[in-house]
Amino acid sequence: MDQALIYSRLKEIFEDVFDDDSIEVTPQLTAKYVDGWDSVNHIRLILTVEKAFKIEFSTSEIGSLENVGDLVALIQARA
Amino acid sequence: MDLLYSELRWLPQAPEDFSESLKAVAKSTAYLGGELQALASHGLNLNQLTRLARTMDKLRVAGNGLGPLIPFRLAVLSNSAIDMIVPALKASALRHGIALEVVQPSYDQVAQEALTPDSKVNSSMPDAVLLALDYRAIPLKLSPGDREVASATVQGAIGYLQALRNGINAHSNAVCIFQNFAPPVEPLFGSLDRALPGTRRHLLDAINRELAAMVLDSGNVLLDVAGLAEIVGLAEWHNTRLWNMAKFSFSNQIIPLYAEHVARTVAALRGKSRKVLILDLDNTAWGGVIGDDGLDGIKVAQGDARGEAHLAVQRLALDLRQRGVVLAVASKNADDVAREPFEKHPEMLLKLDHIAVFQANWNDKATNIQAIAAELNLGLDAMVLVDDNPAERGLVRKLLPQVAVPELPEEPAWYTRYLAAAGYFEAVAFSSEDLQRAGFYQANARRASLQKQVGGVDAYLASLDMTITFQPFDATGRARIVQLINKSNQYNLTTRRYTDPEVAAAEADPHVFTLQVRLADTFGDNGMISVVICRPADPGVWEIDTWLMSCRVLGRNVQNMVLREILEHARNARIHMLKGVYHPTEKNKLVVDHYARLGFQKVLEEEPGLTRWELAVAGPAPDSAPMKVVSQGFASGPGGPAS
Repeated sequence: MDQALIYSRLKEIFEDVFDDDSIEVTPQLTAKYVDGWDSVNHIRLILTVEKAFKIEFSTSEIGSLENVGDLVALIQARA
Repeated sequence: MDLLYSELRWLPQAPEDFSESLKAVAKSTAYLGGELQALASHGLNLNQLTRLARTMDKLRVAGNGLGPLIPFRLAVLSNSAIDMIVPALKASALRHGIALEVVQPSYDQVAQEALTPDSKVNSSMPDAVLLALDYRAIPLKLSPGDREVASATVQGAIGYLQALRNGINAHSNAVCIFQNFAPPVEPLFGSLDRALPGTRRHLLDAINRELAAMVLDSGNVLLDVAGLAEIVGLAEWHNTRLWNMAKFSFSNQIIPLYAEHVARTVAALRGKSRKVLILDLDNTAWGGVIGDDGLDGIKVAQGDARGEAHLAVQRLALDLRQRGVVLAVASKNADDVAREPFEKHPEMLLKLDHIAVFQANWNDKATNIQAIAAELNLGLDAMVLVDDNPAERGLVRKLLPQVAVPELPEEPAWYTRYLAAAGYFEAVAFSSEDLQRAGFYQANARRASLQKQVGGVDAYLASLDMTITFQPFDATGRARIVQLINKSNQYNLTTRRYTDPEVAAAEADPHVFTLQVRLADTFGDNGMISVVICRPADPGVWEIDTWLMSCRVLGRNVQNMVLREILEHARNARIHMLKGVYHPTEKNKLVVDHYARLGFQKVLEEEPGLTRWELAVAGPAPDSAPMKVVSQGFASGPGGPAS
């Protein structure tokens, strides 16, 4: 799947999960730059991504994510 | 998972502009309860529920009024992580008109919180405590084939749950909502697990059965999570990955459904369950259009696929009627044409006798539903409309948002499943009055027509041959007392809501004077129709804390007889003064002059509309009404005032 398409769908997902439409979804984005990105909302983000792209990550894959770039790479490998 | 349950398909889908609507609500400053409730009344997903809850929390922090929502404080004790569930609970409660506040202690502190008198949960004075425990919270020692050890394991688990209940009931006086246990998916032997004592499945079956009895016997409330998991499937319910990763008790896809079930239980505790099922006729109660297809053409017979689907709707309606739900009809038809199948079609299960109000005409559905509500003297928020026509559903939702209108699929075979899934008639207890309620409302319609015949109201009242029975609160009447306290809105002076333990406390307190009132007449027994609680105020003074009456018996001067009874007991208790207060709400304008009409003097008028009243016990009693008086069960001596 095309990276640009993934980023544009992630933008919608971030707005939905974090209730904030001003988030710039970039490869370098991490939890510390987003208000409300705590451990609970992290799980909710992952679950929403899984549902939107109809994939399921393994627990170790989820544990190894460092930033949005990693997430996009994972989606690209699966979707 | 079946989309009916994962997406709450009986609710309309979330509007395209959900996000924008939410932002608009967040920016406005008026009373927002109604708008939040409207947004909540869609089949929202977890993210939408979370955003809605966040908006409500922000408004609450900003000090905005959430009227007319009812506040409710729910403490949640769980052995799992519930952080993701809490916002869903709040948003789902909005759907039922409740502004929910959730008290959430630290993770996995169940016993400490329940048993310590000043724990976070106990000291927060919750209205209810949800014990959101799953099978991992109780020690399940496997002992395949060993009946004795298995029995000890079950008793150990029940003993633990009882101890939690006792701690909470004693230290916070809150009602407990106990979840039962969805068994894990993985069997040990296979089919044998169900039959063999000491397997996990067998142990949990036994624990669930005993828990249900324990909960109901003690006036607490059961949340049948095991039943819910059965409905959607255990493999959909349990998600081991999410337990390992985040200590989720069940799959995230269950959360909207679970939260909805908790919310409807809380709503039922507050008496907000619906009471009336209004049926459309053409293509709902039967297949086809009676005006076009005629008596021989409509589909309502066994052996015909469409006919069976609509017969199932009728059967569900009859089952609901048997448990106390009132049935009505709203149909766009000529009256005589609409009645014909009820009178003449041999396969019809529903008869005219079952229908309390029959509205068949060419008015719009909203107008007819208002007429039904007026006839039954019930609020629109007690009504459910089942209608196959999406346009009619949309119209009623728009004009009368208080009325519940389930979405229905194209295929009528699924109608009953949708209606049942919506859970409009959830009840937390069941009393003998419930069994007869549908009949009460119908008898009332007959009473009204008798009133027209006999002309004068006094002659009519005398002809009813009424017997009024007064008793103090007791264990037998308690379920109905709690129900009346929590659902009476119109004839209710203070609208104070009390849980079962609070009512039990009043019952046991010798300084509190309580009354439960029953009324029978020539048409039958109306059951319990009025409740009074007087609490000691200054020396020699009773303050009327609660005075409510069922609107079924309006216009019979029951309140006069109740006051005469109170005065009698006040004299015996050397009370010289009664104090009353009227707390205005949106729904109790009916009783704004209650105390004035009974001869009380107004002593104070506070803003907004709250009035305080006094009556000297030695003064003249109000006029008696033509009914026989029975006064029994009072400690102060046999007999009561003569009629």
